[in-house]
Amino acid sequence: MTNADLTILMPEIVLAVYAMAALIFAVYTGKDRTAPMLTWGTAAIFALLAVWIGLNGEGANAAFGGMFVDDGFSRFAKIVILISAAAVLVMSESYMAKRNLLRFEYPLLIALAACGMMVMVSAGDLIVLYMGLELQSLSLYVVASLRRDSVKSTEAGLKYFVLGALSSGLLLYGCSLTYGYAGTTMFEGVVAAASGGEISLGLLFGLVFILAGLAFKVSAAPFHMWTPDVYEGSPTPVTAFFATAPKMAAMGLFARVVHDAFGTVTADWGQIVAFLSVASMFLGAVAAIGQRDIKRLMAYSSIAHMGFALMGLAAGTAFGVQAMLVYMAIYVTMNVGTFAFILSMERDGQVVTDICALNLYSRQEPLKALAVLVLMFSLAGVPPLVGFFGKYYVLLAAVQADMAWLAVAGVIASVIGAFYYLRIVYFMYFGEETEALDPGTDPAQWAFLMASAAIMVLGVVNLFGIEGPATAAAAALVQ
Amino acid sequence: MVGLEHYLAVAAALFVIGIFGIFLNRKNVIILLMSIELILLAVNINLVAFSAFLGDLVGQIFTLFVLTVAAAEAAIGLAILVCFFRNRGTIDVEDVNVMKG
Repeated sequence: MTNADLTILMPEIVLAVYAMAALIFAVYTGKDRTAPMLTWGTAAIFALLAVWIGLNGEGANAAFGGMFVDDGFSRFAKIVILISAAAVLVMSESYMAKRNLLRFEYPLLIALAACGMMVMVSAGDLIVLYMGLELQSLSLYVVASLRRDSVKSTEAGLKYFVLGALSSGLLLYGCSLTYGYAGTTMFEGVVAAASGGEISLGLLFGLVFILAGLAFKVSAAPFHMWTPDVYEGSPTPVTAFFATAPKMAAMGLFARVVHDAFGTVTADWGQIVAFLSVASMFLGAVAAIGQRDIKRLMAYSSIAHMGFALMGLAAGTAFGVQAMLVYMAIYVTMNVGTFAFILSMERDGQVVTDICALNLYSRQEPLKALAVLVLMFSLAGVPPLVGFFGKYYVLLAAVQADMAWLAVAGVIASVIGAFYYLRIVYFMYFGEETEALDPGTDPAQWAFLMASAAIMVLGVVNLFGIEGPATAAAAALVQ
Repeated sequence: MVGLEHYLAVAAALFVIGIFGIFLNRKNVIILLMSIELILLAVNINLVAFSAFLGDLVGQIFTLFVLTVAAAEAAIGLAILVCFFRNRGTIDVEDVNVMKG
């Protein structure tokens, strides 16, 4: 029995053992001299695990009496997490090496965080949920303050730590109430306790606290206040990581909790999620307008995007979950490309994050400017591009679940939000004369920017067939 | 007779004190760390009380996990705080303001 359980857990075990072994190896050999090798090695392991999970996974397997669930949903989320983490590692290597930031801890902390995320999306029990979430969060607090000698980076780490710990506390308090009133920590037991569409007051309080804690982790308004500061203060590769894999993991965990543990009381959490969704979409769209720093701008952009992804969940249907998964996969792809570009922004070797630095960028680098234009249009959800289809899916899910008002709010927020994406495009094509940016030289960053932009254009044909796996994943989660 | 509700009331009071400690404290980051510990301890009281009430051991196992993670969390928090102090020379909450949210 234990053997079968361990086989199901094998990808996570491989990753955890790799991280620990590599840590000891690096400490006893070259320390930071091994960092480039470890970065590539970790990215390779991520890619291999993604392929392994994609090819090997079949059906729904539960390990340890249902505490750990390996089904279509968790596999979809894990593949997105692993591929985006690998992409961020590869494109950040030269940036970190140039700025003397490439420490051997960086890829290993990312590996541990990814391991935590994989556990999160597979959680079938409140204890597993908590352990996965904390493994992820503790690693992320450290990488946020990776630049130890910078006030901004340590301040970002401190803010992230305090608010992250607060959100874990809220989540845990909710877990303890859920345990007390459901009598078990297993999601199956919680669902049974809330059967018949009725939920006891204690369980309802537990649900609300858990949702508040999770909303912190996905940076949904009104629990978003850490996001802009942490995005701005952290080193850019770390920001790129924050904007991709942990978002997917937190949304995956969100979906798992609301459907696996509280799937019978859709109406109770549906209104909370709908409120979070509307608040995030509008806050993200309006607050970004005044931002000049592209990292802060991307932070508000991610808040708005989380609002759209939550709209899919708010629908409370299998189609809603499918829409959320498609949306997240598209969002992560767009963000990898955008951050590949932000990583290449520098002038005289110094990092630039002011969007005014992009003035007339199209004259220096017409091809890269075109790629950024495609990505910005896609982030804004302008029709023929893939980003539009992500939005279309979640809006459709909301309309089908009789939440037309939510869809209307989403359209209005997306129109407001289009302003700041288009302003970047305006600067690149019609801005004023300023000092030019250095031409980016890193081939990996260039490749990811171009690939991401190409996906946004070519994906309109069939979204690269992502719908099929997303449908299967949603069907595995929502019974 | 001390019943379940008494334990829950104590835990709820500690939890609220912890939350207020985080939001009202304007002095020192160490107090924030103490408030976070208070929140986690409130959760532990809840879990142990429910565990005893239900006659189910899972709650106590959960408590052990929470204690372990809380220790790791405090270690990481203090490490980040030391780095911050080296750069900034102060740990007043009001001075954590290089970036405005």
